[in-house]
Amino acid sequence: MPSAIGHNKPQGRYRDFWQAIRRLLHNPITCLGLAIVALLLVAVIFAPWVAPYPEQGLGKSNLKERLAPPSSRHILGTDNLGRDIFSRIIYGSRISFQAAVMVVTIVVAIGVPLGLLAGYFGGWIDDLIMRFADMILAFPSLLLAIAIVAFLGPNLINALIAISLPWWPWYTRLVRSQVMSVKEMQFIESARAIGASQKRIMFRHILPNCVAPIIVQATLDMGYIILAIASLGFLGLGTQPPTADWGVMVSEGREYFLKQWWISTFSGAAIFLTVLSFNLVGDGVREALDPKIRWRFQKK
Amino acid sequence: MALFIIKRIGWLAFVLLGLCVITFTLSRVVPGDPAAVYLGSRAKPEQLEAVRLKLGLDKPVPLQFAFYLRDLLHGDLGSSLRTHRPVLKGIRDHLPASLELMFVAITIAVLIGVPLGVIAAKRENTVSDHLSRLFAVACTSLPSFWLAMLFQIVFFRWLGLFPIGGRLDTVVGLTNPIEHLTGFYLFDSLATGNWTALRDSAWHLCLPAVTLASYSTGLIARMTRSTMIEVLREDYITTARAVGVSEKEILFLQGLRNALGPTMTTAGLCFAFMLTGTFFIELIFFWPGLGTYITNAILLNDYPVIMGVTLLMALFYVSVNLVVDILIALVDPRVRLK
Repeated sequence: MPSAIGHNKPQGRYRDFWQAIRRLLHNPITCLGLAIVALLLVAVIFAPWVAPYPEQGLGKSNLKERLAPPSSRHILGTDNLGRDIFSRIIYGSRISFQAAVMVVTIVVAIGVPLGLLAGYFGGWIDDLIMRFADMILAFPSLLLAIAIVAFLGPNLINALIAISLPWWPWYTRLVRSQVMSVKEMQFIESARAIGASQKRIMFRHILPNCVAPIIVQATLDMGYIILAIASLGFLGLGTQPPTADWGVMVSEGREYFLKQWWISTFSGAAIFLTVLSFNLVGDGVREALDPKIRWRFQKK
Repeated sequence: MALFIIKRIGWLAFVLLGLCVITFTLSRVVPGDPAAVYLGSRAKPEQLEAVRLKLGLDKPVPLQFAFYLRDLLHGDLGSSLRTHRPVLKGIRDHLPASLELMFVAITIAVLIGVPLGVIAAKRENTVSDHLSRLFAVACTSLPSFWLAMLFQIVFFRWLGLFPIGGRLDTVVGLTNPIEHLTGFYLFDSLATGNWTALRDSAWHLCLPAVTLASYSTGLIARMTRSTMIEVLREDYITTARAVGVSEKEILFLQGLRNALGPTMTTAGLCFAFMLTGTFFIELIFFWPGLGTYITNAILLNDYPVIMGVTLLMALFYVSVNLVVDILIALVDPRVRLK
């Protein structure tokens, strides 16, 4: 009988993968998060077609209709320069996602090689890298980011650097722990025995085994990175007007928000929904992969 | 244990030295001339030169760093380039407002987060658990600056229930001034029996404190839930149930007491994190704390203030971490062995 089942169901790691997906989709709250992320991705990719006023989304003013409340013409109203807020939010999603992907790329580019070196070589290299990483982790990351961008000058590139600098040690830690367990496996010893170089062992044999946890961590971080970018934007330390950025839009609406509440409210709601959906998905992924929670699920 | 504490304090000193290097390096790559900021736009070249000499900017950079460390060890964080007041005095003036806000916020977070986590754990995988999870994740996803503005629109503009910002109403401040004892308005007005000021300052604290508490409430609720779920599966809980101990007693006396360790650790770390969280809240609620102080400094490129406040906030953060680590080590010997 087991062989019959085996023909119908994927085996080994694929079975684990499908079980994790099943657990992920079993949770209604996680499904809600996934649905919002999917909607946002549609908005990011098809912004020029989804936004009702693409040119206003890109920053063109429309002074005839400034500070107009939500109506059938502008479903979320207009801002102080008459630009359609819905279109600005759609274009703002592009900036937020691109910026978050760039931050993830930077932290992976710095954190992963360092974690690989620390975990593979150990000894003084490990001590040096990990003590430095621990030191960076000891600071409150947003404070360090604000201080860095305050010193370097306010623009999006500096904001991305400022967010990335306190963030990479998390990836160094993650990769180091993965490398330390993978490097003891038999296939690594076999590679060494047949004379593979250290570089080849690190990048061709060990690194591919660390990719899955890196992807999971990056998904978990997306929401917080978007929030950090919006926070710096709100303080005027990130993206500069007229580029559509959610944090900047909330900040611009501050001047009018007690009467024209829609500018800040809808822009902030976009940040909140995005961060919430990524956190819900991240939370679901963590639960789906956590052995303790998995055990509880199986017991049920 | 003594060795553990000495090691941790040594590590704290190393971290602080690292922070000094980072803030000093950053301050030296600032675009623009600090002397020009110090004197304003109409300064003459000879005046600028004199200020450069006064600030030690003519010396080699390593020497400037050595002087900076020497001054720090003497408790001198420098002076503001704009107001020319000592940074330490500025911090002393603004810190009580931030701390008062943080104390109230962490109290709110614990009072809401812990019961919410307990209820979610008790009703694991039911609708109320899912809703409580959604609430907790929503709390950690809220941009604090946006929540602050929403509160102002709803509770000030629409309902007129709370003031828009500040620590004290101007009229109350003039008619019932608070005697300065600690800088904590609640404590000072209570200690001097100034009930009008006490009521008014408590009123002003509500919205900023609830906003600041939102992130920590979510974290504490999640931590309490997951720890409680583990504890409620322990054998001694099953035994307690078997011998007929009431469910209420099991939850709050047996369960919560054993789940409180990780929850309190989370609360401690949240408290440390709050000092950064106050940035946005103070800005929006016109709260005269450290967040307002550093935000103004950032806008005016006043780097001695940015350096001083960053150092102080990091010192606070790592010190709270240290205290939490030591408390955990006292409770759990396995941590010391690691």
